[in-house]
Amino acid sequence: MQPEKNGKSIIINGISKWYDKKVQALDDISLTVDRGELFGLIGPDGAGKTTLIRILTTLLLADKGNATVEQWDVVKDYRSIRSNVGYMPGRFSLYQDLTVLENMQFFATIFGTTIKENYELVKDIYSQIEPFKHRKAGKLSGGMKQKLALSCALIHKPKVLFLDEPTTGVDPVSRKEFWEMLKRLKAKGITIFVSTPYMDEARLCDRIALIQKGRILGIDTPDQIIADYDKPLLAVRSNHMYQLIQDLREFTATHTAFPFGEYVHLATSQSITTEKLEEYLQDKGHEQLEIEPIAATIEDCFMELMSQI
Amino acid sequence: MNNVIEADQLTKKFGAFTAVNQISFAVKPGEIFGFLGANGAGKTTAIRMLTGLSKPSGGQAVVAGFDVYRQTEKIKRNIGYMSQKFSLYEDLTVSENIQFYGGIYGLSRKKLKAKKAELITNLHLKEVKNTLVRSLPLGWKQKLAFSIAIMHQPKIIFLDEPTGGVDPVTRRQFWEMIYEAADGGMTVFVTTHYMDEAEYCDRISIMVDGRIEALDTPKALKQKFQADSMDAVFLKLARG
Repeated sequence: MQPEKNGKSIIINGISKWYDKKVQALDDISLTVDRGELFGLIGPDGAGKTTLIRILTTLLLADKGNATVEQWDVVKDYRSIRSNVGYMPGRFSLYQDLTVLENMQFFATIFGTTIKENYELVKDIYSQIEPFKHRKAGKLSGGMKQKLALSCALIHKPKVLFLDEPTTGVDPVSRKEFWEMLKRLKAKGITIFVSTPYMDEARLCDRIALIQKGRILGIDTPDQIIADYDKPLLAVRSNHMYQLIQDLREFTATHTAFPFGEYVHLATSQSITTEKLEEYLQDKGHEQLEIEPIAATIEDCFMELMSQI
Repeated sequence: MNNVIEADQLTKKFGAFTAVNQISFAVKPGEIFGFLGANGAGKTTAIRMLTGLSKPSGGQAVVAGFDVYRQTEKIKRNIGYMSQKFSLYEDLTVSENIQFYGGIYGLSRKKLKAKKAELITNLHLKEVKNTLVRSLPLGWKQKLAFSIAIMHQPKIIFLDEPTGGVDPVTRRQFWEMIYEAADGGMTVFVTTHYMDEAEYCDRISIMVDGRIEALDTPKALKQKFQADSMDAVFLKLARG
């Protein structure tokens, strides 16, 4: 059966998972991912990202709820899922003692295919490490390991690609290259489900789910999540940042005040004029003040949603 | 005021390979200094020289008033170090970790007792003081690790990618602790390759292939490279 082109690739329905019957890793997760979508699961360590990906890739059983991947049930149809999805785990899990080429051949063989057959799909990525094909995987640099792992996860031409924190510990240049590769894979029609702890990567996804302590805080396009942030937000800076945070928290209209790099993001419970705030901060002795209204970032949204649960 | 770190043409070679190539910079007391670079740019090698763990091949550096060639033991006594990878003993309790590090740092029994009580109260760890560190949430561990790393009131604290992976709120609590330490005069030397973390620093240096290619405030760097974020600055530099 040829699945319809614009249907759902992943359907998750009320999934819960406990470890040792007491630690709840996932709490009633429901979401759907469209076919061909680049979907981001965004949250800190311990949020449940890996648990959810392992359930979807049939490596772990949920305690409650059900899920399908390309219409296959994650429990009953695990064999079909395993041969039709690619999975790149968070920890580098290729054979360190095998060469680049041997790793590729190994993964191709167990999926009953050859490198040649699907070379077109992996070419873009694999060609970058092919000059080192006789090098042992354990001797590759971080960026090259990542490319090899992705090539191995793609060698059987999966319908859905699961990536668990592919960019953790990777420098900004390699990170950017990696997201560019994902974009090109998406253009080939592969559904991509990627997890990351980095909020700035949210903008690179079609839709995202924000997850914290096993619960979904919000699911939408990055733009819509930002549009839904409803507090007035100001970026504030002075010559004395540590004191600034303390003083902003004492300000009457303050909802939250969080450091954001060079600035403090001040969310207020009602609209205030920048003059009023400026006056207050000048009275407290702050100099070189900069105050300007700004749009929220995904991280502002994440923290606001965290405070609401 | 005297600089707390001064490096002049500091160099490290491994055979024919120059990992750190004549870097010069100075860090002021109480400054939060970001030390950035891609994987393999030479950051780790530079830090190993600055912390007295690796002997330079050339150049000079003075850290906390001590020479990196001759006074490495004195350097080690006057700095703190924390990384996300190695910080606390997971098989020891909160209280035991404090006790252990306090001993290593040579705190007197009386001082250690007071410090332990202070840390446990300030970090709200009273309920878990006899819990193994392994079972604490990551954010708690990081805050505890930082507090322990500055327990002996070092002149400089070296932070190696300190806040990866924790939730945004905890991460900010962590940075507020860093601001507080810097506010009290401690110098904070941070390495990271997360550019949003870099934006918390007073000044930033960016290493490319063993050299410092840029050094300024985040704001000035963004202006200079006509970029709206440090990420964009970094990409311009590293990609050439």
